[in-house]
Amino acid sequence: MSDASIPVKSDPSRGGRGSVLVRLLRRPRSAFALIVILTMVGAAVLAPWIMPYNPNNQMFDGLSLEGAPLPPSSEFWLGTDLLGRDLFSRLILGTQTSLIIGVLANGIAVLLGATVGITAGYFGGWIGGILMRFTDLMMAFPALLLAIVLAAIFKPSLLIVALVIAMVNWVQMARVIYTETRSLAQREFIDVQRAMGASTFRILGRHILPHLVYSIIVFGTLGISTTVLLEATLSYLGVGVQPPTPSWGNIIFENQTYFANAPWLVFFPGIAIVLLALSFNLLGDALRDTLDPRLKGRH
Amino acid sequence: MTADRDNAGREETSRPVLSVQGLTIQVATPEGPKPVVQDLSFDLRRGETLCLAGESGSGKSMTALAIMGLLPQPMARIASGSIRLADGSELAGRGERDFRDIRANRISMIFQEPMTSLNPVMTIGRQLTEVLLEHRACTPAEAPSRALDLLRDVRITDAETRLKQYPHELSGGMRQRVMIAIALACNPEILIADEPTTALDVTVQAEVLELIRVLQREHGTTVLMITHDMGVVAEMADRVIVLRHGRQEETAPVRNLFAAPQTEYSQELLDAVPRLGQAPARPAPERSRDVVDVAELCVRFPMRGGLLNRVTAQVHAVEGVSFRISPGETLALVGESGCGKSTIGRALLGLVPWQGSIRIDGQQTAGLSPKGLKPIRRDIQMVFQDPGASLDARMTVGHQVAEPLVIHGLASGSELWDRVEMLFRRVGLTPDQMDRYPHEFSGGQRQRICIARALALGPKVIVADESVSALDVSVQAQVLDLLRELQEEEGLAYLFISHDMAVIDQVADRVAVMNLGQIVETGSRDQVLRDPAHGYTRRLLSAVPIPDPEHTRPPVLPREGEVGSPVWPLGQGPARLPMAEIAPGHWVAQGAPLKVA
Repeated sequence: MSDASIPVKSDPSRGGRGSVLVRLLRRPRSAFALIVILTMVGAAVLAPWIMPYNPNNQMFDGLSLEGAPLPPSSEFWLGTDLLGRDLFSRLILGTQTSLIIGVLANGIAVLLGATVGITAGYFGGWIGGILMRFTDLMMAFPALLLAIVLAAIFKPSLLIVALVIAMVNWVQMARVIYTETRSLAQREFIDVQRAMGASTFRILGRHILPHLVYSIIVFGTLGISTTVLLEATLSYLGVGVQPPTPSWGNIIFENQTYFANAPWLVFFPGIAIVLLALSFNLLGDALRDTLDPRLKGRH
Repeated sequence: MTADRDNAGREETSRPVLSVQGLTIQVATPEGPKPVVQDLSFDLRRGETLCLAGESGSGKSMTALAIMGLLPQPMARIASGSIRLADGSELAGRGERDFRDIRANRISMIFQEPMTSLNPVMTIGRQLTEVLLEHRACTPAEAPSRALDLLRDVRITDAETRLKQYPHELSGGMRQRVMIAIALACNPEILIADEPTTALDVTVQAEVLELIRVLQREHGTTVLMITHDMGVVAEMADRVIVLRHGRQEETAPVRNLFAAPQTEYSQELLDAVPRLGQAPARPAPERSRDVVDVAELCVRFPMRGGLLNRVTAQVHAVEGVSFRISPGETLALVGESGCGKSTIGRALLGLVPWQGSIRIDGQQTAGLSPKGLKPIRRDIQMVFQDPGASLDARMTVGHQVAEPLVIHGLASGSELWDRVEMLFRRVGLTPDQMDRYPHEFSGGQRQRICIARALALGPKVIVADESVSALDVSVQAQVLDLLRELQEEEGLAYLFISHDMAVIDQVADRVAVMNLGQIVETGSRDQVLRDPAHGYTRRLLSAVPIPDPEHTRPPVLPREGEVGSPVWPLGQGPARLPMAEIAPGHWVAQGAPLKVA
């Protein structure tokens, strides 16, 4: 694809990355999403310095005299869990795990799904047939069962959990991208490229992919929330992130039996998951609108 | 037709069936409301045909939708003005519920694309009875026989069978007839026809227009016709309203408009209309060598079906076609939709698999790999019908014009951009437009960009596939001028594919008429268009609407024999028609390429 680079001419009307950021910040919803995501990323990176307690320390004064977890107070901001550990500290450390899983697992899923979808959609024929039948096969398989089997075979670790989640999540992406690529490949401007003698790589990279970016962004960001939830389920079943490492999912599931008496233990990590999922969805929508040249300047 | 006009004249004094006063329609845009129709007033007199004529964006369709209460909600609304029926009832500002009694009962509408107007999963019969029952035009018991009567009314052959068929089983003209039958089911006073024949072949168009005229005479329906085609206006209208950018430019009886247009714009519009048989003579280019030499070209598409999805039949899209084009010459390929003319263009560019021989500037392209074909592609380029679809919406137009140069490694860096700038100037655009995206341009400008892109490699041949068909007449004339200018300066050869006889008359040196994948007649422009020898060519020419109300077009010649089909079972194929030279360079096929039963 070395021939694919047309030197970029100075273009005052379009600007660089900065202007996209500015346009995102100008919209209240995407500004909110950006702030939430940046805060979470900041918390994950700075976790060792901002955690008020050691997240794995089962503190003596972290439980009431009857041995029940403590509700939020000035000492423990979000209360303590069943073992007397500080929930706030665990939540901050859990941000690391959940973000890594969310971004890594979803990144792999998007990459795999898009590659399979584009290849099958553009080339069609028997290549497309084989790829899409395999995708259907994966779709027909219960995702959770597959994840449990895969996670049980391999020794659970953060990377393995991410890979397992990616393995079950790429199929939807592949389906969507396949359908879009098929209709794009039949459009006239692709015929024009073929008539000019453009290479397949060039057509895919410069003319098909830019049209798919929007679906990829939307599905990619939607996938982040499912990924975080799937990680929680796996952790609950004991094949995900291994304790004592906290993740938002395993905090919920560790404590869900105590939900009626200590609702904060489920409520706060739940809020964190919802906020993350919502922010990525909002950001995805905003990016799609901002990057589309036809919608430029409409909002 | 003259009788109609006299009738309309006699009843002029009677109350108008529809009266539009000071109609203004606004559309919401990000910059605030923008008027698309401004202060439009007209009366529709009983039994007449009024044409709303104008180019794209003139607001003619919006007017029709406003009368039907079908304006796209909530973007468009009637800002002011009134639309009254003969009994004085006001239509502007009515709710959806009230409109239901008006539609079909008093005003009906037919649209441009009959396929999308019909429900693809319902039989024709059910769609007809549905309208009848919905508006309580008859009892459920009577409905089937009424539906049959309606189909017979619109002269559909084999009406009983048609009732049980689905829309995709009918031809385009037949579908439009069904639409007309549905529209007339409840005997409305007014029929609004929005570009009813634009999507149809010229012979079918003539038949449908004739049908509308006959039905109008029989039922006394008043017709409001919306069209961009001045030929259709001349043929159909009693009176014409010329619209431009939502403003009423001129309202006049059709003869007055064509004889002496009062406004400058009407004059321009009429001047831009290509007229069959009035094109200036073109100097005959010297036939030194052939830049395109096609021999025995065949394109067949497999049709799968039956057990295991095997190939059971083939569409013989192009069957044994041969032609040559020399530098500086334009060969026009004419024919109705599905005759294979576009397929020939695509085969020339290697976009469909083909058999036979294609030589571009002496080089044989049969059997070449994509790599081997690449240098040849510099010599032949294509300009498609819809410039919106053939440009990538997500790439600046400058980059798109630069692409062929980059793909073939012909220029880079500042030299590349200098050449792109030159190409922009060459087609009448300015270099500062290079950084914009396709959606920021008008249709005509986009087609110029496509032409610039096609010129980038300095080709010797350009295949123009319906390149001006989607453009307004005034823009069409400009683009044709540009093409002619480029041809004179660079000695380009054109393969000009079109269904529009009048346009072909303007541009062609030689014409080849195609039917069912074979050339039935070929010769110089004057030989084929002025002195047609083959029945199919004569029929095509007889159907072309003439933009002159004084001219009464003779009825379309009947089809010779039945409609053929290019689909043949595996191992069979159409008989090749023998060609005979009836004058120097004028070849005519003997017989029509019909399917032998």
